[in-house]
Order: sequence, then C-alpha cells, then structure tokens
Amino acid sequence: MKSDTITKYVLFISSVVILLVSGGMVFSLIGDAVPVFEKFGWRFITSTEWNPTEGRESYGALPFIAGTITTSVLALLICLPMAFATSLFIAEYFRKSSFASVIGSMVDLLAGVPSIVYGLWGFYTLRPFIVELGLDPQGYGIFTSGLILAIMIIPYATSLSSEIISMVPNELKEAAYSLGATRLEVIKYVVIPNARSGIIASFILAFGRALGETMAVTMLIGNANIIPTGLFSTGNSMASVIANQFGEADGLKMSALIAIGLLLFVITGIINAVGKLVIKKMS
Amino acid sequence: MKKILFTLLIVSILASCQNGKKESTKEAKSITAAGATFPMPYYNMVIKNYIKEKGMLVTYGGIGSGGGIKSLKDKVVDFGATDAYLSDEKLSDMPSEIVHIPTCLGAVVIAYNLPGVEGLKLTNELLEGIAMGEITKWNDVKIQANNEGLALPDKAITFVHRSDGSGTTYIFSDFMSKISTKWADAVGKGKSLQWPVGMGAKGNPGVAGTIKSTEGAIGYIGSEYAFAQNIPVALLQNKSGNYIEPTIESISASAQGELPADTRVMLTNSDDPNAYPISGFTWLIVYKNQAYDGRSKAQAKATLEFMDWIISADAQSVAPKVNYAPLPEKAVVQAKSILRSVTYNGETLLN
Repeated sequence: MKSDTITKYVLFISSVVILLVSGGMVFSLIGDAVPVFEKFGWRFITSTEWNPTEGRESYGALPFIAGTITTSVLALLICLPMAFATSLFIAEYFRKSSFASVIGSMVDLLAGVPSIVYGLWGFYTLRPFIVELGLDPQGYGIFTSGLILAIMIIPYATSLSSEIISMVPNELKEAAYSLGATRLEVIKYVVIPNARSGIIASFILAFGRALGETMAVTMLIGNANIIPTGLFSTGNSMASVIANQFGEADGLKMSALIAIGLLLFVITGIINAVGKLVIKKMS
Repeated sequence: MKKILFTLLIVSILASCQNGKKESTKEAKSITAAGATFPMPYYNMVIKNYIKEKGMLVTYGGIGSGGGIKSLKDKVVDFGATDAYLSDEKLSDMPSEIVHIPTCLGAVVIAYNLPGVEGLKLTNELLEGIAMGEITKWNDVKIQANNEGLALPDKAITFVHRSDGSGTTYIFSDFMSKISTKWADAVGKGKSLQWPVGMGAKGNPGVAGTIKSTEGAIGYIGSEYAFAQNIPVALLQNKSGNYIEPTIESISASAQGELPADTRVMLTNSDDPNAYPISGFTWLIVYKNQAYDGRSKAQAKATLEFMDWIISADAQSVAPKVNYAPLPEKAVVQAKSILRSVTYNGETLLN
C-alpha cells in the first residue's frame, strides 16, 4: 500500500473515532437520563429539592445549575480584567523584555497545574485567609470557589490570548506608529480589533473550563444542596454533585446524576455556540 | 491494510478468550473486594497480616457501601463490604441469594472543633436541635445548661455532613430517626439525605478534615477517623440516660443483646446501660452459592477462607488497635455458621 493511502486511512479513522465517541456519549447520556425526565419532567430543571432518601426520592437540579453558573460567572468577572491586562503586558506592551518572558512562562506553568493542587491550596491557604479577613466565618461557599476558579482560569485565558495578541502582524503596528500613533492608540485601534475574536474565544474556553471544574470547587463550595442566597452562601455545583454522589447511586438517583451530566454538556454546548456567534459578528 | 487490522483484531479477541478460559481452572491467585470506607483501616491492617501469613493476595477498594453492593451485584468482586445491611427489597434485587457476615463493630462519633472545650455532653434533644438547624449558636442556653463549667463561645455552629452517599450517614440517620420523631418525619434515614442544615464534605477523611480546620464545626464521623486525628468527640446520652464516651467497651456493649439469625440488625440506641448509642456492625457480603460466572472452586474456597479468618481470634485481636470493637463471642459463632452455609453447587467449602 502506498504511504499516501495509509496516511489517508489513519487520518480518516481518527476523525471517525472522535465522531463516534462524542455521538456515543450523547446517546448514552440521553438514554440513561430518560427515566428521571419521564418521572419529573421539567420539574427536574426547575425544582430545588434534591432528596435521595429511599421512599421520598425527588430530584431537582436547579441548586446545582445555580451553583455552577454563579461560581463560573464570578470567576469570569474576576478573570476578564486580570487576564486581559496580563496578556497585553506579555504580548504587546513589554514583549521581548526578559521580565515579560519570565511572566509568560510562569503563566504557562500555572495553566498546566492540575486542579486538585489549586483545590488543596484553596482549602489550606485561601480559605483560612478569607476567614482571617473576616469576610465569612467558615470560608466555604460561592465566593471562595469563584475566587479559586478565577485563579485557575486566569493563566489559561492569559496564555491563549497573549498567543493571539502576539500574532497581530507587525506591519500593521508599524504603519500605525509611523502615522504618529501612541502605544495606547496602537493597542486600541490595531491590536484589539485584530485579535478581538481570538481573545473572546480564549475567554469562552476559560469559562468552559470553569463550568466543568470539579475537584477544586468540591473542596471549597460547601456541598450544601441549596440555591446560593448570597456571595458567601454555601452551595453545590453540577460537576461536584456528580463526583460526590455517583459512587453510591443507583436507579433513579443514577439517572438524575447522568441527567445533570447531560445538562452540563448542553450548557457547555450553548456557551460554545454563543461564543462562535459573537466571534462571527465581531470579525 | 484492512485485512491486517482485521486479523489483528481476531487474534487479540481469541487470545483474550484463551486467557479467560485458563483463569477458571487455575488455582486462586488473588481475592478482590470492595466496599465501605468506614471499616477500611481495620481491613487494611488485617489484609496486610493475611498476605504476610498465608501468601494470598487480597485487594480491598474503599469505594463506599453502595459501591460494594453494586460491585457484588455486577460480580466484579469476590465479596463486597457494607455498613448498612441490605433490605429485603435490595436482597431480592441481587441476582442470587447473598449472606451477611459481620466483621467488627464501629461507632459514629459526634466530633467538634471548639478550642479549649473538652468533654462536651449532648442529650438527644440537643443533637436533634443542632442537626435540624434549630440550635445555631454554641452558647445557646440549652447547650450551656447541659454543660455547666464549660466555657462555650458565642460562635455559630457549622454542622458538617457527608456530601457523598455513605454507610456512616446511614448509621447516624438510623439513630436520629429512632430518637427524634421530628427527624424521622422531615429527613428520615438513608445513605444520603436531604439535610436541613450544614455543609457537606466528601468521605470520612473529608468531614474530619473540615471539622478540624473549621472553628465552631460539629459533625459525625466514623470513630477511627476522629481518634486517629485527635479530634474531640462529644459524650452522648444513651437510652438509659447515661453519658457515654465512645470506647471499645462501650461500642462492644451495644451488641450484647440477642441477634437475628442473619445478623441483619441496626445496633443504634441500644438498651444496654453501658452502650454507646451510635454503634453498628459492618458486614461483608457474599453469594451463598459460589458457583457462578465460571468461578473456580479454588477461588471460592480462597474467598471463604479469608472471610473465615477475618472473624478468627487472630484477626479480631487487631480491631482494637485501630479503634474498632471486636465481635462479641455470640456474634462470632453466628458468623461462622453463616459462612459454613455458603456452598459451591451444594458442596460445602469450609469445615
């Protein structure tokens, strides 16, 4: 067989595998989530009651949806200014300075640290610090989890968007400078418009990571199955409830957990679609 | 190309079949088990001794009682382990008859974190108040009145419970349902519950860690985890009105009464005047007919020999070292006779 044909086959097979895997995942998620939707219908999404006690079983995912969205949005809000500023610093304002390259490699390093390490640090360092500041008597809840998520996704977003910013063609910037533009003006009128869609995409990816993050959140959110009542209230997230409860689950409860997984899948899908739309509109 | 791939696939499938066949006639090489985390420190220690003494490899996965039951149901382990016995309904759900073998007794302790406060005494009413979220401050007059001489701080009570399903939760909620009708009506008993108040942490180590690092926290954990980490535990009032500290003796006292033939019984809120009220058996579960899924007789025999050894005096003497109470004599006799009712297609395996 010719090497060309072999290459073609290998490429074809690996793409088909991806298609099969994602198709199979959706298929089995939907299949196993059916019982809980049959039993509770829309109430599964709108109810706040999560009662796994035998004989009183009732499952509603709203507390977890609320917990996931609030922590992730909080993380994104903190992440936006920080990551944007840092990526401009690394890729534009101080590019090629040795300080920026040190920061750049630190950011890349932090982006690769496993989430459990962030969780440990959050549990033993960040949480006691929040207690010490007097923000909250025990330090578990939405705020602490949102903060740790922000710390986790800032390097991720920074690393991606600085890559994009550094790819803005030099000729464009030089042209702007030769017309007498200041550095700020170059950033505002040349760099950002050129890199905008890429920057937004990197924040969407970071947001997606915050949505699905499990370990660090589970260690800090307090795992109380209630709708958060405030910034310092405890709560629970979708990924965290799955990780916590799948071990002992069977029957309807297993179906409820799988349905939460499906919802998480759908929410991530919607965010990605919205992101693509925004990028399309902008460019 | 396609032919090559296809041939490889067929060859590998055939090879794996071959392996599978060989296994069933081979001597038993290792025993696999999985289940409750509550007795895991004890099992780990016993298994280590067993491997050293008999040279038989035993692996135990601490995946929780529910996981243990599920693994046995799926027939991926030789035996399972659980802190909550299977209800009649769950028993009929299993593919064939199973038996329960109690291995030791453990307690669920009420651990708390209040610097400088030791020997906290709780009545059933106080425990109900705290767990239902009706008593929210440590210096509540009701707690203070029951603990004269203790300086209780003006601090919020943080109730910590399990976030994962757990046999420990089952024992705790079984006790709560017995002592409080309010609890029985509003919450009930189960491996995971709808908690009226508090925050969750994963696993016994997780709850222990959260209590240890949170001032004003109180929660329930398997006794071993509190003792190992030196977390203070509350004295509880038992059915006879005595305040009891969880010790090997007081835990053991809860199993002094008559046991049902299949040992499926919850020992919480015992009548014995010296008993610690939140005590319970932990069980191993195994199929009564060991001839299933092409299991070899040697494998079945090895499994039962290990289970028989875990209730022998040798292994039981290890239990107090890791803060579990050994089985009372009566329970050992019963467990041994249950084990001897397990067969391989009618053939007895132990003598």
